[in-house]
Amino acid sequence: MTEKNAAGPELACAKCQQALVLGKVKASYLGNSFEVDLLRCPGCGFVYVPEALALGKMLQVEQALEDK
Amino acid sequence: MDGQQVKLWESRCIEELPPACTAACPVHLDVRGLADALRKGDLPAAHALLCRFLPFPGIVGHLCEHPCEAPCRRAEAGGAIRINALERAVATHGPAAPTFRRGRAQERKRVAIVGAGLSGLTAAADLVVKGHEVVVFEVGPQLLGRLRDDPRLPAAALEADLARFENTGVEFRCNEESDGAALAEQFDAVYLGTGPATSPIAIDPLTLATAHPKVFAGGSLRYGAPYSVIASLADGRHAALSIERMLQGASLTANRDNQGSQPSRLYVNLARHASMPPVAPADVSTGYTQDEARAEAARCFPCHCLECVQVCRYLEHYQGYPKRYIREIYNNETIVMGARKSNRMIDSCTLCGLCAEVCPEDLGMGEVCLSAREGMIAKGKMPVSHHDFALRDLAFSRSDAFTLARHQPGHDASALLFYPGCQLAASSPDHVARIYAHLCARVPGGVGLMLGCCGAPAHWAARNDLFAETRAEFRAEWQRLGKPPVVTACSSCYRMFADHSPDLPVESLWTLLERIGLPDSIGVPSRLTIHDPCTTRHEHDIHASVRRIAAQCGATVAELDGAERTTCCGFGGLAQFANREVADKIVDRRIGQDESDTLTYCAMCRDNFARRGKHAVHILDLLYPGGDAAARPDPGFSARQENRGRLKRQLQRDLWREEMNEPVADIELEISPEVHADLERKLILQDDLRQVIRHAESTGEKLLDKRTGRFIACHRPVRVTYWVEYTVENGRHVVHCAYSHRMDLETKP
Repeated sequence: MTEKNAAGPELACAKCQQALVLGKVKASYLGNSFEVDLLRCPGCGFVYVPEALALGKMLQVEQALEDK
Repeated sequence: MDGQQVKLWESRCIEELPPACTAACPVHLDVRGLADALRKGDLPAAHALLCRFLPFPGIVGHLCEHPCEAPCRRAEAGGAIRINALERAVATHGPAAPTFRRGRAQERKRVAIVGAGLSGLTAAADLVVKGHEVVVFEVGPQLLGRLRDDPRLPAAALEADLARFENTGVEFRCNEESDGAALAEQFDAVYLGTGPATSPIAIDPLTLATAHPKVFAGGSLRYGAPYSVIASLADGRHAALSIERMLQGASLTANRDNQGSQPSRLYVNLARHASMPPVAPADVSTGYTQDEARAEAARCFPCHCLECVQVCRYLEHYQGYPKRYIREIYNNETIVMGARKSNRMIDSCTLCGLCAEVCPEDLGMGEVCLSAREGMIAKGKMPVSHHDFALRDLAFSRSDAFTLARHQPGHDASALLFYPGCQLAASSPDHVARIYAHLCARVPGGVGLMLGCCGAPAHWAARNDLFAETRAEFRAEWQRLGKPPVVTACSSCYRMFADHSPDLPVESLWTLLERIGLPDSIGVPSRLTIHDPCTTRHEHDIHASVRRIAAQCGATVAELDGAERTTCCGFGGLAQFANREVADKIVDRRIGQDESDTLTYCAMCRDNFARRGKHAVHILDLLYPGGDAAARPDPGFSARQENRGRLKRQLQRDLWREEMNEPVADIELEISPEVHADLERKLILQDDLRQVIRHAESTGEKLLDKRTGRFIACHRPVRVTYWVEYTVENGRHVVHCAYSHRMDLETKP
C-alpha cells in the first residue's frame, strides 16, 4: 500500500504550510495493523489517503480482513 | 447452521439428480453429455464418452432395447430423443474403440468367467480394467455366439467391440465344459453367465451373489426371457463390482441404492421448450449420418431444473445452483483457517422468496442465507461494511429525529394506529401527511400516528438483538396508545408485524382504504404495469385491493408474471448495500420486462426503479395526482433522512400546533448531479460531508492541492473516515469528490 504518487510537493498542509512527504504510517483494521508509506505532513503528521488508494488496494485489504 | 438442516436443504435441490434417460439406463449412460458432444459436432468426444460407459458400444448401438427413450422428457415436446440411434451413429462413424486398459490392482486376483455372452464379457472387461487376471470359459465354439445370429448387428461391429480385449491378457477358452463349484476351488472368484438356466439358482438381485461366497451369477441365467442386451451388460457390470468388493473384503451392499434402472425426480419445465419432431434418417438401414445425428442431438433440451436460477439474477450471478451454494455456505461457516469466501454471496440474497415460489421442492435460498447470516453474527464473522450503512439509517429512524407516537389531535384514544413506515416518509412525506388526514377524517374513534422503523433492516442483517430492541420500542408505544389495530402503508412493515408479532392486529392501508373509501381526487387515466412488492407475495387481499384502487383512479393495469411471481427491487435483505452490482442486475431485469410505466405500492421499489431510469408511480401518486409523478427521481439517501425529520416537524407544527423550527445548515453544500450520483453509490451522506468540512474549517486541519486549488480534508466520526475535496465559492462549499475508507491510519513517530 505504498503511495507512489509524486503529488507530494503539490500537496501542502494548510495548517503547517509544509509540503507533504512520504513517511511511515501505521494502518489498522479489525485488530490487524501494519506499516505503510504514505504522504504526510512533516509538521502535524496529517496523513493523506488519495481516492485511488482508498477505493483500490485499501478496500481490498479491508475486505480480505473482514472475510478472515 | 445445523448440519442436519443443511443436509435437508441440500436434498431438496434436485439439479444434480440425473436426467430421466440416464436414470432409466441400467448402466446410467451420460446421455446428456453424449448429446452435448454431438450437438457441438465433437464426434471424438461423443465416442470417448460412449466407450467409457459401455464396453461394447457397437453392440449396444445396434441392439440396445433403449429403456432410456421411454422416459425422455422430449417425448412430451415432439418425440423422445432417438438415443439408441445416436449411439449407433457414434459407434459407426467414430474411430475404432480403444482396447481396455489393464489396471494395476494392489493385489492381483484370478477370476473365472463362465459363459462368453454379453454379461460374462462385460464382467471380464470390468475386472481386467481393475487389474485382475481373467479366464473366460465358453462351452460353444465362439464368443458372443447368440449375438452373431442377429441380423441387425453387422459382423464388423461385433468384431470391433471384441477387439477391445486385444493385449489385455484375458484368456478365452472356447469349446470347454466347466463347473462353477470346481472353478471356485482354483480361482479367487467365479462369475456364471451361462444363459437361461435349466435348474434355477438363488441370486441376490442387488449384488448378484449366490449361496457360494466366491460365486456370482447374472445375465439371462438370472432374469430369463426375453433376452435383453442392456440387462445382460448391466448384470456383468454389477457382478464385477460385487466381485471387486468381495476380493477387497468390502461391503457388497453399501451405497448401491441408485444401481440399475430408476425413475428421476429431476424437474424439467416443458413450457420452456417448443415442440420439435425427431430427425428421421435418410437411410434407415445405415442409420443417422453425422449431420443427422448432430441435428437429432440438438433436440436434447438438455434436462435441467434451474427454475430458480432462471428467474433470479442473484442466483444466476454466482454461476451455480442452490445445492452447490448451500454446500459453499456451509463450508463458509465451518471453515477453520482461510478466507470466508461466501460472505458476500450470503449477504447478496434479497430474501424475496421467488426461488421457493418456482422451486418444485419449495426450497428457498432466503431461509438458507438468513440462517447463514445468523451464524456469521453469532461467530462475530459478519463483515461490518456490508450492513453498516443500512443499520445506521435504522438508528436514525429509531432516533428522536423521526420517532413519534400520538393519538389523533383532540383524541385520547385510538381506534386505529397508522404506521406509514420509514421509507414512505423518506420518499413522499407529503403523501404521508395527506393520507393520514384522510384516515382521521374517515375513521371514527381517532387514528393514532406512529413514526419509526419496523426493524426490517435489523432482521435482514440477522441482528436479532437490534430487531428485538426495535420491536420492544414499538410495543411499548403501542401499549401506551392502548394497543390499537395497526395499519401499515409499507409492505415490509406489514410483513415484519405479521410474521414476528402474532398478537398484533395488523392490516394493510390498501385493504382499509377500500373499506373506508378513497380520498376525493380526480383520477387521471393512465396505462401502467403493476409490480407487487416481494413482501406481499402471498397477500392476495392486498393484491386485489391495490388493483381495484388503481382502477378507481382511472388506471388500466397490466400484469407482468403475476403477484406471486414478483421480484425484489434490490432493497430486500439489504442486498443493495452488500452488493450493489447484483441488486442493480435484479432491478434492471425487472424494469426491462416491459416498456410501460410501473405502478407499485412500496416506496423502496418505486425509488429503486426510478434510480435505474424507470418511470414508476406509487399507488399514492394515483390517489393524489400532481406533477409528473412517474418521472420523480430517487430522492437519494441524504434526502431520505432529511424528509423523515421534516415530516415529523411538519406534523408536530400542523397537527399538534407545536412550535418547531427548521434547522439551519451551518455548512452550505453545492453538489453537481454527477457528484450526487457518485455519493449515492459510495453510501456517503451530505451530513457526512458537512461533518468533514465543519471539522476542517474549525481546526484548520486540511490540505491544499496546489494543482487544483482544492482543499482536501477528512474526518472519522466513528468507524469510517470520510474524505472531501472542496472549494469555497461565495460562502458555499462546492464538493468536487468524496470517498471513504474503514482502515484507521496513524502517523508513526
